[in-house]
Amino acid sequence: MSRSLPKKDFGGRRAAVLAGIRRAAGAPAVVLGASFTGFGALVHQTGLSVWHALFSTATGWAQPGQVALFELYGLGASILVIGAAVTLTSVRLLPMAVTLMPLVRAPGTPRWLYYLAANWVAVTTWAFAMRDCPRMPAAQRLPYFLGFGCALWGVSLAATALGFALAGAVPLPVTLGLVFINPIYFMLMTAADVRGRARILAAVLGAAAGPALYLLTPDWSLLLAGVGAGSLGFLLGGGFRRRV
Amino acid sequence: MAETPDWWPFAVILVGAAATYVWRGLGVALSGRIDPDGRAFEWAACIAYALVAALVARMIVLPTGPLAETPLADRLGATALSLAVYFLAGRNMLWGVGAGVGALTLLTWY
Repeated sequence: MSRSLPKKDFGGRRAAVLAGIRRAAGAPAVVLGASFTGFGALVHQTGLSVWHALFSTATGWAQPGQVALFELYGLGASILVIGAAVTLTSVRLLPMAVTLMPLVRAPGTPRWLYYLAANWVAVTTWAFAMRDCPRMPAAQRLPYFLGFGCALWGVSLAATALGFALAGAVPLPVTLGLVFINPIYFMLMTAADVRGRARILAAVLGAAAGPALYLLTPDWSLLLAGVGAGSLGFLLGGGFRRRV
Repeated sequence: MAETPDWWPFAVILVGAAATYVWRGLGVALSGRIDPDGRAFEWAACIAYALVAALVARMIVLPTGPLAETPLADRLGATALSLAVYFLAGRNMLWGVGAGVGALTLLTWY
């Protein structure tokens, strides 16, 4: 499982892209592959087609948001509610992009390339890039990130199709297991990186509010729980007093 | 949803994609100009965590689709086992997910 950290200098941009791809072909690919297999299986359960699942992974590669979208769509929620929920779920990508970009910036890189690269900013790619990139020459960091991100993106697309195909072909208990991957994975991801009193409180309150509000208003419950429990956790957990 | 046109799900997915990319693009535009540890970010992070936690809890406690046919005790048991294995295995994601998913599959097999 533990892979040796990459060398500081790959010798060139092309080699850096390949190094990024190699880095992805291990634990990150397996974990993300499992998660997107679950996503594919989940889309199968909503009655939509494999093309919808693939289109989602291709255009809006950000897991909890994708699952929220299909869950809400399945409930018949309006496009406004779905858009707002996905927007709020994806806010976490902003600080990631803000902190990653200065790290991968290099002279002579066209500006549009950063905006393209931003498409692959996600929890996994961000965490690996933040750890690996400082060890490399500036010119090799963005190529490395692109190689890493695109490899995981490709794995995600294949896994989405695989999960969709499996959900219709394997015995029901296995399908149930596949659909169960996403909630379990998100729960562990949250448990893994939630830090600070305010965020922990927000997550605990959200977990309690989610099912309770769902009984009152299925399609609005996610938004209400997110904004309500998140704000309450922020206030009670001392978010206002936070200075860094 | 028989009345919605064929392209409608694609439109919804595109809206989702735009709602996702907005933050990534904004992050590039603002990088180096704003403090990612400020209060506004902290508030946004709290909302994001609460929303994902609400989604996870709802998917486990009150799932839609075929998962709704499984007993609540099975889902909660598999969830608890997943958490326990994840931490006992030294925060290993694969072991944690594998334990939870395997447990639910086995519990519902018979």
